[in-house]
Parts: sequence; C-alpha cells; structure tokens
Amino acid sequence: MNAYLNLLIGLAIGLNLLALGSSRLPSLINAVAVQGMALGAMPFLLEEHINWMVALVACATVAVKGFVIPILLRRAMRTANIEREVVPSIGYVPSLLLGAGGTIAAVAFARTLPLLPEHAGSLLVPGSLASVLTGFVLLIGRSKAISQVCGYLILENGIYLFGLLLIHATPLLVEAGILLDLTVGVFVIGIIVDRIQRAFDSLDTRKLTVLRE
Amino acid sequence: MIVFLEFVARLVGWLVLAPLLPGIINKVKAWVGGRRGPPVLQLYYDLARLWQKGVVLSTLVSPGFIAGPAVAWVAVLGAALLLPLGPVGAGLSFRGDVLLLIYLLALARFCTAWAAMETGSAFEGMGAAREVSYAVLAEAAIITAVLALCVHSGSVSLATMLNPAAGAGAVLLAAGLFAVLLAENCRVPFDDPNTHLELTMIHEVMILDHSGPPLAAILHGASIKLLLFATLLVEAVVPLGGLSRPAAAGVLAAGVLVVTVGVGLVESLLARLAFRRVPLLLTTAFLLCLFALLVAWKGGAA
Amino acid sequence: MKALLLVLLPLAGAALAAVWPSDRTRPWLLPVVGVLHVALSLWLLFVPPPFASTAWFAFDPLARAVLPAVSLLFLACAAYAVPYLGVRAERSNRVFVATFLAVLGLLSAGHGARHLGLLWIATEGVTLAAVPLIHFNGTSRAFEATWKYLLVGGTGIALSLLGSFALGYASLYGGGSGDLTVAALASQGAKLSHPWVLAAWVLLLAGYGTKMGLAPMHTWKPDAYGEAPGIVGALLAGGVTTVAFTAVLRVREVVAASGSGAIADRTLLAIGLFSMLVSALFLLGTRDFKRMLAYSSVEHMGILAVGAALGAAGVYAALFHVWGNSLTKGALFLSAGNIRRAAGARTMDEVSGMSAITPHSAAIFITGMFAVTALPPFGPFFSELGIVRAAFGADRPGTAAMFLGCLLFVFFGLTRLVFAIVDGRPRAASRVTGQRFPETMSVIVPPLVLLGFSLWLGLATPAVLTEAWAGAVAQLFPTP
Repeated sequence: MNAYLNLLIGLAIGLNLLALGSSRLPSLINAVAVQGMALGAMPFLLEEHINWMVALVACATVAVKGFVIPILLRRAMRTANIEREVVPSIGYVPSLLLGAGGTIAAVAFARTLPLLPEHAGSLLVPGSLASVLTGFVLLIGRSKAISQVCGYLILENGIYLFGLLLIHATPLLVEAGILLDLTVGVFVIGIIVDRIQRAFDSLDTRKLTVLRE
Repeated sequence: MIVFLEFVARLVGWLVLAPLLPGIINKVKAWVGGRRGPPVLQLYYDLARLWQKGVVLSTLVSPGFIAGPAVAWVAVLGAALLLPLGPVGAGLSFRGDVLLLIYLLALARFCTAWAAMETGSAFEGMGAAREVSYAVLAEAAIITAVLALCVHSGSVSLATMLNPAAGAGAVLLAAGLFAVLLAENCRVPFDDPNTHLELTMIHEVMILDHSGPPLAAILHGASIKLLLFATLLVEAVVPLGGLSRPAAAGVLAAGVLVVTVGVGLVESLLARLAFRRVPLLLTTAFLLCLFALLVAWKGGAA
Repeated sequence: MKALLLVLLPLAGAALAAVWPSDRTRPWLLPVVGVLHVALSLWLLFVPPPFASTAWFAFDPLARAVLPAVSLLFLACAAYAVPYLGVRAERSNRVFVATFLAVLGLLSAGHGARHLGLLWIATEGVTLAAVPLIHFNGTSRAFEATWKYLLVGGTGIALSLLGSFALGYASLYGGGSGDLTVAALASQGAKLSHPWVLAAWVLLLAGYGTKMGLAPMHTWKPDAYGEAPGIVGALLAGGVTTVAFTAVLRVREVVAASGSGAIADRTLLAIGLFSMLVSALFLLGTRDFKRMLAYSSVEHMGILAVGAALGAAGVYAALFHVWGNSLTKGALFLSAGNIRRAAGARTMDEVSGMSAITPHSAAIFITGMFAVTALPPFGPFFSELGIVRAAFGADRPGTAAMFLGCLLFVFFGLTRLVFAIVDGRPRAASRVTGQRFPETMSVIVPPLVLLGFSLWLGLATPAVLTEAWAGAVAQLFPTP
C-alpha cells in the first residue's frame, strides 16, 4: 500500500517541478489537474475499508480538482483571450532550483518531526511541505492571474496531502466542507479574473499597481 | 601476459566499436524519416578518408591546435578504459577512479575548446563559450548522478559503484543520465549535429577549422564518448553483477543498442530547443539526478 | 438551539435577499435581520445558555464576551446601509445585501465554533463572502484591491488549515484521537506532541494573523479598506478581525494547555508590538484618510495581540478592547464614508475644510479619532490602560514603554491627517459634490449611536459585560 502511495506522492512532487518549469499556461493547468487527480485517488490507497463517504469525497475531489477547476481555468484563459506564455518574475531555472531546494529541505525537515510508525516510511509530510513551498514560489514568481491561481491550487493540494494523515481522525464532514470552500473559492477567483480582464484589459497582475504606499 | 592481452583487446574493442553508434543513430533517423540513409559503417569510411588527407593550418595557430584534439582523444580513451564492463571489470581500477573519469572528460572538453580558440576566429570562440557554459550545468548533473551512485553503494570506486538500485531511484537516474548523454554528446534537443546554421551551432562550430587527422581524432573521440555514456547509463540502471559473463555482455550490448536507438528516435521526433530553454532542460536533468541522490540517501538511511 | 439561530437567521435572510424582487425595498432586510440578531445576542448575553464543552458550536463564554459587539456593529452598519444603498441606486444591490447578511451568519458561526475545522470553514466562508462587498464600487482600483485581498487572505487562510491539521496530528501522535474540538485538544494537555504544537502555532498565528491584519501580513488591509464602501470597511475592521482574534485566543488556549504557553505569549507579544510599530510608521506617511483607518485597524490588532500575550489580566483588557475597537472603528468608518462621498476624494491633497460641508460627520470623525487614540473617557482609553497595567503586572515595563510610544506616534499620524481634512477652506469641487450628497439624519445617527456606546463603555461599563469578559477569561485560563 505504502509503496503505491509513495509513488503517487512522488508523481505529485514531480508535477510540482513540472509546474515550476512550464512556460505555457495550458501545461501549467494540466500539471495542476493531474496532480489533483493523483491526490484524489489517494484515499483509496490509505483506507482498508472503503465506506461510501470516503468514496464520495474521493470521487468529488477527483472531479473537482481534476476536471471542474481545470475546465474553469481553461475557459477563463480562452474567454480572456490572453497569451499562453506564463511571464515569470522569478525565472524558470531559479524557480525550479527553489522548488527542488524546498523539496529537499522538506524531506530533511520531515525527518526531524516526530511521526507515528504507520507514517514513518511515507512521503506524505515531505510531499505536503514541498507542494506548499511550490505553491508559494508560483504565487510570488508568476505575474499572470491564472498562474497565481494554479500556485494557490498547488498550495491547497499540499495541505490536502497533509490532511490525509488525519483521514481516520477527521470527520469527513469537515473534509467535504473544505472541498466545498475550495470550489467556491476558485469560482470567486474566476469571477474576479474575468472582471479584472474587463477592467484592465489584461490579466498581468503587474499592472495592478495603483494601490501602493 | 594475459592481463596485457586483455588490456589490448579492451582497447581495440573501444576503438573499433565506437564509430558504430553514430552510424546506428543515423540509420534510425533515416528509417523514421522513410529514407535509406547512409550505411551504418559510414563513419569508418569518413575516418579513413580524413586520415589520408593533409592538414590546413591557419597562420595564427600554435602547436596547441594539433595537440588539443590529440590530448582530448587520449583523455576520452583513458576515461573509457576506466569504465568497468559488467563482470569483466575495468582495465584500470582503484579507489576514487570515478573522479579521474570525470576529470578526464573535463580535460577533453577543455582541449577541444582550447583548440577552437587557437584559430583566433570570433566565431569559434563563440562556439567554445556556448559549449562550456552548457557543460557547467551538465557536469553538475553528472557529478550529482555519481554522488547518488556513491551514496547508494557506499563506495567511490567505479567497479563497486555501478550496482544500481531498483525502483524510483533508478528511473530518475536513467532519465537524468539520458538527458546528460544528449547534452554531452551534442545531440538534439540540445544541439543539432547536422546543422550548419551559424547562429544555432554549438559543438560543430568549434571544429569547423579542423581538417585531416586532427578532425578524424575529434570525430572518433566523440564517438567513444557517446559509447562511454551509453555504457555508463546502462550500467548505472541495469544490475549486471549477478549475471554470467556471456549473459552480461549480451545485456550490456542490448542496453547500449537500446540507448542508441533511443537517441535516434529522440533526434527524429524532437526539434532542437531554443537557446534560452536549454539551461532549463539541463537544470531538469540536474534535478532528476538530485532526486535520485535524495532517494539513495533516504533509502540508505531507512 | 438559540445559539444556532444566530447563524441560521442571517443565512436565511441572505437567501431571502437573493430572491427578493425589488432593489428599492431589499436593503430593509438588513436592519430587520440586524435588530433580530442584536435582540437574540443580547438575550443570550444576559441569559447565558448552558453548553456542552465537547460541542462543535456553542455560545460559550468567549463567544458571549465578543459576539454582541459584532452584532451591535452590524446593526449600525445595516441602518446606515439603507440610505447608502439608496444613493447608490445605479447598481443592483442583490449580491451586496445577500453577502452582507451571509457575512454576519458566518461571523456568528466563527465566533461560536469550538471545532478547528468548523472554525476554518467559517473564516474561509467569511473571506469569500466579503469579496463581492469589497468590489461593490466596480472600479478598476476596487478589483485590484479585491485581487490582493483574495490572494493574501486565501494564502493566510490556507496556512491556518495546515496549522489545524498539524494540531490534529499533535493529538494523534500523543495518543489522542485527532479530534479537532478545542476542548478535546486542551484536555490532552502535555500529551500533545511538542514539535507539532509549535509548528501548528506558527502556522495558525500566521494564518489567522493574516485575517486579523497583523504586520507583516497586513498588506491587503489598506487596499481593501480603502476601496470598499465604508460599511464594508466597518464590518471588516470590527467583525472579521474579531473572529480571527477569537480564533487566535482559542488556539492559544490549546497551546497553553500543552505547556507551551510562554512561547505562544512571546510570539504574540513580538508580532503585536511589531504591528503597532509598522502601523505607526505608515500612519505618519499616508495621505489617504480611508487607508489611514486601515492602518489604525492594524494598530488595534497589534494592541489586541499584545493584550492576549499578557496573561489573564491582559486578555480581559483585550476583550474590553474588542468592544471599544469595534464600536469606535464603526463610527469612524461610517463618518469617513459620509465625508468621502461629500468630498468626492480621499487624500489630504484633494480634501480640506470638510467641517464646513459636512459639519456633523466631521464632528463625529474628530471625536471618533480622539476615542480611537484612547482619549478618556471613551472605551478604548480604559481597555488600553488595562493592557498597560497588565504589562506592568507581568513585570514587562519595556513592553509598556514601547506600547505607549507607538500610541503616541499613532496619535501624531492620525491628528495630522484628520485635521488637514476637516480644517481649512473647502475645495470648490467638494462644494459641488457636497450638495449632491447632503448629510441626512439617517447617515448621521448610526455612527453617533456607535460613538455613544463607546462613551458609555468608558464611563460606566455595564456589569453584565465585565461579568462576560471575566467568564471568558476563566474559560481561557482554567484554574487547575
């Protein structure tokens, strides 16, 4: 079980780096979508007995993270008619190196944290921390609104990974609520992206500089 | 006496087999493109022809122009002799030989670049600059790959190091080393060995002014380097230690063939990268090796 | 059950507002729900309901000590919203009214949430629901502010989720069940895994601190407060920040129970003083009187953090200050909104002499400014005095000195800007817009009432409130 789980988490970490290195918005969105689907499949590997609530939440996660949100983002990209280039403010190579350094630091840091025996061999904690760091790099280092949204999604994915540690403890009601909030959040962001596009005729957040001290 | 004979056989093997690889690559490319293409042994004909030709020298050059390719050729061959061939072992093996291998390859590169600068042409200087600036990144990757192998085996000798791990680490290492192979041997998508468009050339620029036997040495040295990397890649990923000698030789040969065909396929299916994207790909190769190192480290400690 | 009504009533109102057909009558839903909510919360304040400590949601002593202030603030904003939305008839107010009510419902849920997951869902909900409120003006500057608010606020709230999970893992590692209710976590006490508790504290403080607007996570605040309508600013500054503060208090309770209370207090103190310092420096530089209110809010969040770090007496004073801050800041935001509308501009370079154009609002604005800078006999004076006394009581004279120094600089910054706007000769442009938006009773009474409450708090603090605050302190600092 654990080996398959680690393989999926390794995939997620690889997708983090892919997201950091990709220069085109569609490939960035694809990376986020595949990562979301990989994450959604994980509860099936963690739970010995699949009850219908777990299955429901896992399927909802796959559907939302793998399909609904990416489709929304692609539609926003198409209707806003923006260029496909990502426009980094931190270059691809530095952001890749930052991401890789963060991943290694996450692995090193996770070894110093006390973990329960059943989690000791798994990559859940380092994978989660690495995704959170990747999300931060994308949030800070990309200037298109949509790529920042992708960064936010990767950050959320990292938190979701961490949440899997608690899958036996947290009531699924909470997980469902969190998923719902995330979906609504992306809807709201999508609306704002649309409005910003209309107001500024661009989705480059570097143009959002009127408000400063 | 036996030892000496074996050494000579090994030397002859490297010298004779190496030029096959570019021929195979070209054949694969021709096959994918639906052409007949040049014969597999084309490079042998070319080398023989070049060897008989005279050398054209610029009035500017120092003896380094001739010495550069010669030293580079010897260095690459020396590096090849350090590489163990499965259960047969290496021609020369000692503690820390892996460092010598890396340094010999670096020396070969330095000599090629030096010879290129000897021509006094700005154009070849540019080629040399491009070559070494990519080499910095490629070497970072290869050193990391070697480190991963070291950490995994707990040894710094090539003979015991090439004892690969199974699983994710091997996959990462294979991918990283394959990218390094492409970069080090100036293959698509890093460089196009066939291009003669000045603005995009890297390696080919450096050897434009060479002719006759020095050019033959350079071309032959390049083919040895390709074979060396292909062998290293196969040995770093496939565990050969447990096999009998004939089986190991068969697996090694098949592995090298697979890598060569892979290079040919990559070359037929991919386009050359834009210059500014090359560092990104090399960084990716570096990161792949770095994560292989991470897996080796974590796996070793757990 | 009555406690649950505090959440359901506004949410039902929001649903009703979403389907209400008429733009003209829809705003009246706000004061109607506001009055019911105030009545309910005051009833619960005077007759505290029994609660089970394991409940996920309850009107516990902490909620009782804070929520009525938010409720009162909402009522004032709701009363003000009716004439405000009347003059903004060019825009549909369907989304505005619905989300304004939803924010109240989610705020009530957040105040009473005793489960970290529920708390997170409520605060995230508030963050999202406030988005349409902030860009109500529809200008490109408003969208810029909204975008920054979403990114910074969203990231902060994500960190707090990570922190909640870390706290859950601390419980799992300590042999607990991973139950995220505050009571269950606190009862585990020292069994919680120490490294995980510290990690959780850092993440939760960063996360809910972003929502509070503690420096250096305050960057969204000036933009959002500056671009949003005054009533939204008042609700954000007095309500949303309050729910984040109660979240910090609840988490601190768990951290203290695990035996790391001293570390938590030290970080709270450092971040609180840093916020006060940052806001004081920015207040000396800003020229925009709506952004000024945002920095003033950062300062008051710093005061709350400092108070929360100073033990039982400090927390008592901080809870007092929550009331003073919510009510006074509400008055300031609403009167600033009047001045802003009449002046047609918001910086001291373009606005002056507003005492001639909007005399009543200007008077409220100046009085509110004095109240918020802790002039006796207003509420904030006594609460800040309480914090200074708590600092001396905890033998931290250095803290008290820095605290008072920052207050002094804040006073300079505020008076400089406020008098530049109120005094002098009115600009010609302001005279024209001032006639378009005359002061009416309906826009003066709500801030005046809020200011009156602030004065009442200072002059004669009602016994029921002191009893509620003491009850909350007893809940947060259980005697062993």
